[in-house]
Amino acid sequence: MNWRSIWAIVRKDLREVMQNKMVWAPALIVPLVFAVVLPLVMIIVPQMIPVEDVQRELGDMDALLNSMPAALKTIFDGKSIEQMFVIYMMGFTFAPMFLIMPIMFSSVIGSDSFAGERERKTMEALLYAPTSDLELFIGKVLTALIPAISLSWLAFLINIIVVNIASYPLFGRIWFPLETWWPLMFWLTPALAVLGISATVLISSRVKTFMEAYQTSSSLVLVVLVLIIGQVSGVMFLGVAAEMIIGLFVWLVDAVLIYLSVTKFNRSALIAKL
Amino acid sequence: MAPIIEVKQLERVFGTNRAVDGMTFHVEPGEVFGLLGPNGAGKTTTVRLLNGILPPSGGSARVFGLDPATDGQRVRQQTGVLTETPALYERSTARQNLEFFGTLAGIPEQTLGQKVTDILAFFGLQDRANDKVETYSKGMKQRLALARALVHEPPLLFLDEPTSGLDPEAAQHVNALIADLSHRNGQTIILATHNLVEAQRLCDRVAVMNKGRILAMGSLKELSRKLWPVTWVDITFWRAPAESALGALKAQRGVMQVTGQGEAWQVQVESDEAIPQVVQRLVADGASILKVNPRDYTLEDIYFALQAGEK
Repeated sequence: MNWRSIWAIVRKDLREVMQNKMVWAPALIVPLVFAVVLPLVMIIVPQMIPVEDVQRELGDMDALLNSMPAALKTIFDGKSIEQMFVIYMMGFTFAPMFLIMPIMFSSVIGSDSFAGERERKTMEALLYAPTSDLELFIGKVLTALIPAISLSWLAFLINIIVVNIASYPLFGRIWFPLETWWPLMFWLTPALAVLGISATVLISSRVKTFMEAYQTSSSLVLVVLVLIIGQVSGVMFLGVAAEMIIGLFVWLVDAVLIYLSVTKFNRSALIAKL
Repeated sequence: MAPIIEVKQLERVFGTNRAVDGMTFHVEPGEVFGLLGPNGAGKTTTVRLLNGILPPSGGSARVFGLDPATDGQRVRQQTGVLTETPALYERSTARQNLEFFGTLAGIPEQTLGQKVTDILAFFGLQDRANDKVETYSKGMKQRLALARALVHEPPLLFLDEPTSGLDPEAAQHVNALIADLSHRNGQTIILATHNLVEAQRLCDRVAVMNKGRILAMGSLKELSRKLWPVTWVDITFWRAPAESALGALKAQRGVMQVTGQGEAWQVQVESDEAIPQVVQRLVADGASILKVNPRDYTLEDIYFALQAGEK
């Protein structure tokens, strides 16, 4: 395996990606919304509205809290109404929303790297290069994976800072992230990023343009929407155990998709699509 | 010296379409070999097969003694390919493009920068080395694509329609560079084209193709001989010769046919050796000759005769 060639592909693809506004704009806007804007709204608003209104909201939330696993409920013990609201929103409701990012980033960058390369008619010259099919595949997968995971983690880091600073007057200490966030970010996030890129490779082998590939692979976000709805409606809470199980399932799906992608990714199949 | 390329009964089938249908040829080191044919003749598919991008459906190919189907990566280390479209990264600079492909080709980090600088200078692009390729003209892009194919100094170069879409000036420039490579560096070149003037100027031998098959192969002279075993000579006189000169010429050994009238005759002879005797006969018969022109066939004549025969 020639890692020098692989990293050359990664550097070249990332340079190309950085110059495509359609690719990097979502990578800038989405983390900004999820990690800064929404948390600030959710933390500052309950501190500005009358406590009765928060009480009324929490009245509706009682049912949700009751459906929580006992281990998770202990987080709310001894907390004020405003603190409970912020913990509930930032600790739980927002958590699955962060899972949109790895899928979205890996899909959009992967689509540009695979289908976009073909659309820009640069694929043929690349196929004539003396690299193996596997080196090409790994190079292009890493091009999508590295920014997808690192941007998600960067957004998480920013989120930690924003939440703790904004809620410091309320809590008087650093309280975020909850323990449920660790497997979410370091077990589920990479798994979903791999899911996004492996699905994108398969989809890119069937479509002709960047937009087609991106739109189709972005539909994977629906998987995350199920988790968000489950969490918001109280049907399912993402505790550590649930996250580990869901992550394991996603990794297994990843293994199958990666295997299929590797078998599909060969020069003769790619050149036939040009 | 062993041939660089040896192809025997090579086939590639896409569904019901036989893109390459039993091709057999070889290419010697230092040779410029042309693959000529209309669109869909199988030229590009042949280039892909010889570089291990596509596996063959039948037959065999050896490039540097290697089978491209199983040893494609090693074959590609020794080949450079100019694709029909320049296929450059337009958002990157010329230098970035060449450094990328040079890295993939395995040029060591220490020498890569200098090699790229040298080849940019060779193709007259050094002043625009750090400009994005999207700002280049078509001719400059084609020169850069040629530089990309050569950056790792491959002993074998494939050029697929190298002047396609270029204006005459840019095409002439690219052709001059190709001729320079061939004459100065002894570069082995496979030229896939339907530009017959370009092929005639650059190629030592050509294979005329249609529907995946080779219709004829050889040098211009060999192909002319194959198609037209006899020679036609156009003779122009100062004044129309006497009637008796015509009869004497028809009886001359080596002369097969005489047509024309007045000051312009066309004489068909068995071989070029008969031409001086024809001239001597006519002079002896008192004819005043202004011009004797043995008819040269162009690649275009050969190409269209072969394609017409195919139809």
